[in-house]
Amino acid sequence: MATIIVDNKSYTVDEQQNLLAACLGHGLNVPYFCWHPAMGSVGACRQCAVKQFKDDRDQSGRLVMSCMTPATNGTRISIDDPEAKAFRASVIEWLMVNHPHDCPVCDEGGECHLQDMTVMTGHVYRRYRYQKRTHRNQSLGPFIRHEMNRCIQCYRCVRYYRDYAGGRDLNVFGSHDALYFGREQDGTLENEFSGNLVEVCPTGVFTDKTFFHHYTRKWDLQAAQSICPHCSLGCNTTAGERSGTLRRITNRFNSQVNGYFLCDRGRFGYEYVNSPHRIKRAVVRQERHASKLGTTEEVSQPLEFAADCVRKARGIVGIGSPRASLEANVALRSLVGPQHFYQGIDEQERQLLSTILKVLQTGPVPSASIHDAEQSDAVFVLGSDLLNEAPRLALALLQSIRQQPMEQVDELKIPRWDEAAVRNAMQNRRGPLFLAGFQRTWFHEYATDTYFAAPDDIARLGFAVAGSIGEGAPSVPDLSPEVRDLTQRIAEALTHAQRPLIIAGTASGSQATIEAAANVAWALQQQGKQPRLSFVLPECNSAGLALLGGGSLNDAFDAIRQGKADTVIVLENDLYRRADQANVDAFFETAQTVVVIDSIEHRTTAHADVLLPAATGPESDGTFVNQEGRAQRFYQVFIQDGDIKESWRWLSDLGRATSQESGSESGVAAWRNFDDAVSATAIAVPELARIGEVAPSASFRMVGQKFPRQSERCSGRTSLTSHLTMHEPPPPVDHDSPLGFTMEGYRGPLPSPLISQFWAPGWNSIQAVNTYQDEVGGPLRDEMPGVRLIEPVATKAADWFTTIPRAFQPTAHQWLLLPLSAVFGSDELSNRSPAIAERIGKPFLSLHPSDGAQLTLEDHSTIDLVLQGTTYCLVVHLDPSTPVGTAGLSLVPEVSGVRVPAWVDLLKAIQTEHKRRAA
Amino acid sequence: MERPLTQHIHPDGTTRTLREYVKTGGYSSLQRLSSGLAPKDLQRLVTDAGLRGRGGGGFLTGTKWSFVPMGPDAHKPKYIVANGDEMEPGTFKDRVLMEGDPHGLVEGMILAGYAIDAEVGYIFLRGEYHLSAQRLTEAIAEAYAAGYLGKPLPGTGFRFDLHLHASAGRYICGEETALINALEGKRAVPRAKPPFPQTVGLWGKPTVVQNVETLYNVPHIVNQGSDWYHRLSRTQDGGTKIYGISGRVVNPGWWELPLGTTAREVLERYAGGMADGVRFRGLLPGGISTAFMTEEHLDLPLDFSSIPPEVGRLGTATMIVLDDHTCPVGFVLNLEKFFARESCGWCTPCREGLPWVARILMSFEEGRATSEDLSLLKMHAKWLAPGHTFCGLAPGAMAPLQSALKYFHDDFERHISTGGCPWSKKSSQQRVLV
Repeated sequence: MATIIVDNKSYTVDEQQNLLAACLGHGLNVPYFCWHPAMGSVGACRQCAVKQFKDDRDQSGRLVMSCMTPATNGTRISIDDPEAKAFRASVIEWLMVNHPHDCPVCDEGGECHLQDMTVMTGHVYRRYRYQKRTHRNQSLGPFIRHEMNRCIQCYRCVRYYRDYAGGRDLNVFGSHDALYFGREQDGTLENEFSGNLVEVCPTGVFTDKTFFHHYTRKWDLQAAQSICPHCSLGCNTTAGERSGTLRRITNRFNSQVNGYFLCDRGRFGYEYVNSPHRIKRAVVRQERHASKLGTTEEVSQPLEFAADCVRKARGIVGIGSPRASLEANVALRSLVGPQHFYQGIDEQERQLLSTILKVLQTGPVPSASIHDAEQSDAVFVLGSDLLNEAPRLALALLQSIRQQPMEQVDELKIPRWDEAAVRNAMQNRRGPLFLAGFQRTWFHEYATDTYFAAPDDIARLGFAVAGSIGEGAPSVPDLSPEVRDLTQRIAEALTHAQRPLIIAGTASGSQATIEAAANVAWALQQQGKQPRLSFVLPECNSAGLALLGGGSLNDAFDAIRQGKADTVIVLENDLYRRADQANVDAFFETAQTVVVIDSIEHRTTAHADVLLPAATGPESDGTFVNQEGRAQRFYQVFIQDGDIKESWRWLSDLGRATSQESGSESGVAAWRNFDDAVSATAIAVPELARIGEVAPSASFRMVGQKFPRQSERCSGRTSLTSHLTMHEPPPPVDHDSPLGFTMEGYRGPLPSPLISQFWAPGWNSIQAVNTYQDEVGGPLRDEMPGVRLIEPVATKAADWFTTIPRAFQPTAHQWLLLPLSAVFGSDELSNRSPAIAERIGKPFLSLHPSDGAQLTLEDHSTIDLVLQGTTYCLVVHLDPSTPVGTAGLSLVPEVSGVRVPAWVDLLKAIQTEHKRRAA
Repeated sequence: MERPLTQHIHPDGTTRTLREYVKTGGYSSLQRLSSGLAPKDLQRLVTDAGLRGRGGGGFLTGTKWSFVPMGPDAHKPKYIVANGDEMEPGTFKDRVLMEGDPHGLVEGMILAGYAIDAEVGYIFLRGEYHLSAQRLTEAIAEAYAAGYLGKPLPGTGFRFDLHLHASAGRYICGEETALINALEGKRAVPRAKPPFPQTVGLWGKPTVVQNVETLYNVPHIVNQGSDWYHRLSRTQDGGTKIYGISGRVVNPGWWELPLGTTAREVLERYAGGMADGVRFRGLLPGGISTAFMTEEHLDLPLDFSSIPPEVGRLGTATMIVLDDHTCPVGFVLNLEKFFARESCGWCTPCREGLPWVARILMSFEEGRATSEDLSLLKMHAKWLAPGHTFCGLAPGAMAPLQSALKYFHDDFERHISTGGCPWSKKSSQQRVLV
């Protein structure tokens, strides 16, 4: 630690920091633009100038850029020095030379960093009296709007997009005062993390196009804390609503999880909440139950009807969901009883999840947070396509490959925040990143080595690496010379690292890759390293559901087929995404009554006798457990109209209605509010015991007050209904959380799970997060970043997995159909958002060129493929990264019913080939 | 008077071949390397000679070399880069050397490479210097064929490779770190220092960027020693300097003269004084990013230590003369338009400030200036100072402006009071719209 003197006051700061970060960490207002806590300093904008003095006798001092000056012990500076203030005001004046005066109609207005900094420096009067430059704006696709005239040339966008996120199609063109930040030509920004430009840009050059389509002033948004439901990583978001429409998603800082950035699926996938296909009314499907029950009686009370069915049932099957909250699943489990609760996932997935849980619970190696992943100094990925399955983790790995070269940069005494110097010293050196998979993406360009092979071969590579590292770990004898060399390179890189990270996942459906990953990590642990494991899971609450336990979907099907039960309750689950159509059809046909609770129409809801409209994430309170095993709370943003209720509340109501005759309320029937749901969840299984610690309960208050969801500046509330009545209606009361649906309440330091919007006086943009941290870029003050439910058994020796699969052998007629995840297309909910839907590619079948030749298929030709009884129209991609003897199927909505991996005889399955070449 | 750099250059503008070069003692300095002159010795020799950077900075070459990490632990490869991006307006001294005697640069670079143990050299050449490019390419090929390049030098084990890179053309590439970025294929934007190129330079490796004229001096120092070199000069800095003059003088041109020759000597003795009918008002001593010198400064020795900071600095020593038939405001406008256009666009004060300055000067010329414009010009001259901006471009741009505001203040005032440029009829100054 170092002591610096700022305007004659002493502050203790971290000497590894620069002066700007040090000052911001102490709440001192120094304006800045080009610096970013995650992207360091480059000294371009000159906005953060302060006066530095040599010693206490030096009265004149000199202007320095605080972002480029280390916070060494004894540094004397002045922020308030008149010359420094005048210079900073001049910098704003220069930046304003070409900035349009369009704040009143600008999408950024109200949370614009440039507005904040302009006010902070006190520049008010325009002296530049010449013409402003004008630019043509570009059409950048469905996510981002572009308004180049607002640009203040801070270079953050290109630094973020190119240097941080690995994008290539955004650049800076031109020079002097004619700079252009955009693409070479109009077109969709390709990078999967482009949405962060909205927050990285300090003004309104890049703004959220989805928000623009239903724009409202930021201060009029009602906002609450959300957890992204679109993959298993559990990124923290803030969801904002007005007038019953969810308007946008922004990043919510969590130092352990997403930090400052989200992926585009997470940011722009929210519009499923506003979908016209939302289920808004509780209904009993007359025609269906009429044909089954032989009655024509009109049912006006769906809940009572459902309760009646449940009461009369000869056995109930409750099908849970990995995209429903823990509390909703526990509610269902409580209603039907643990022995009748099924996880709602197929048997294979259930087994994979249970293996992963076993590895993490009984093995010696802990799971990695995204933050841990960023800090890893060597990474080995087995079979997961991170860019498409867990994008934010791929973004973390793009930072992890800087770890080892960074140690060499340290030797040159270059501070880590000195970003340009670090990059110049580092050049193209990258730390070890080994990617084994079966679909090439641009992410592979950053890999030390890549290996494209069938899952069994990937597992064998993993086992071989583990075998060459760990004592007693099983080895793989019959490897090809190339794979043996690769094994050696990987093993060497991992053992030379201190914090290696091994990643695998469920997507390839391969148990062996998971076991191989565990062996590698355990072998590294045995060698005295501090390895971490990360498993990419299918959905946002897959881990929570796995912890809760229960049979698979196949078991549920058996229960109905064997007549053990006749009534089905499906919780937020489209079974057609999880099982063969024929099986699901038979299941629903055989069941006497099908109760479905879900938020959006899909093939399963079409089979419901009773359909109960569920609240989506932003309309409910709940807890998700991410792939790391971290439980995180999300809160209701707004109350939907119609009959929409949280799933757990429907189930509680159903329980109460069912038990009304008996008069005794127990279990879920006794739940009155969300706290009851949390308490019940905490005792459902021992692993969930700490669920209550995730966030404060509903009774939590600060100085006796609740916490407002609306901003301090929320406007026009009293006039909204003034044409009807001059009396302001009372706001809805929230019994489930410490939050209120108002603008009144406590404003001040909060436990981090209750911070919905980062704001501080003078800091209206997302950069206000600085004011919530003791050290900028570090954890939030008193951060509660969720509760890790799974910790390893530290002392345990590795219990090696020994089942090594045989090498994959291509066969003459059969191809192994492998799932190719798509960041836009493979997630059920985000696909319903129009902006995401625009980015979903056509379904394709990927084949190795040699297989293509064997099947006489041309690249880009269109084929009709019969899979599992259904014909799909697919485009052929001939791709050398597709392993010979396999075929990759892109998981987009058109093919969401196909079960993969599976063996297919393509010679037979390809019905017609149009040999049409795509335009 | 000895003229080691230019004495053999053909007056007819043809180049010197390897055979000619060797005949007059060329490449003989390399033999010293095999006779026990270690890199450290060479560094000391050049330090003792008092050779200072001829690109305008005047930094001691030996000192610059001494910052390069040496020994077995130093990062490799190391690079020596010749800065031949001679884009400073009015400056043409490096061109004279490269066109007339290209082998001198090759030899200088081999020696400089040897001194810092750099095995690779790049010549970063101004894109428009086609003739230099052609002649250097031939010279490099000849030097490879003769074994001076690409093979271990006899008795040393030191092997040097040399490449020529023609710039795509930006003034900022003359700034050494922007030059390095350009050479790496990046945007020609300067880098912050520290780290200095000597430790983190081209492709992250130790690098010395050296002006072309500076490198031409090194073989002569090696051959004839530091005492001889000091004797060439009239002041404490060693050697000769190529001085040049452009503007309305009788005989514009270049002359290799002892360092420390005064501006008056160059102007009156070599350039033959001012042309008929015009009077001297001032001169920019070395390129346009130096401050005006007026009559009272003409007897200052033109070297790197005799010009007081409040007067200015030598720069490249190729002068541009301002006469009384030329509007000083229009003159400065012309310079500021150049600087505004050549700003790389990286830092705010330079990118936004210089075009503003140029527009204000334009409004002086068009008769739309007010006294507030004078204070805006002064504000820019104050703020666009070293340390406030990212690199030296904008402070360099302010040097002629600030000194013009000092020496020609009345002329600025007259533009305001008379509502336009008093020279507009008689000046041949071309007006180019900003």
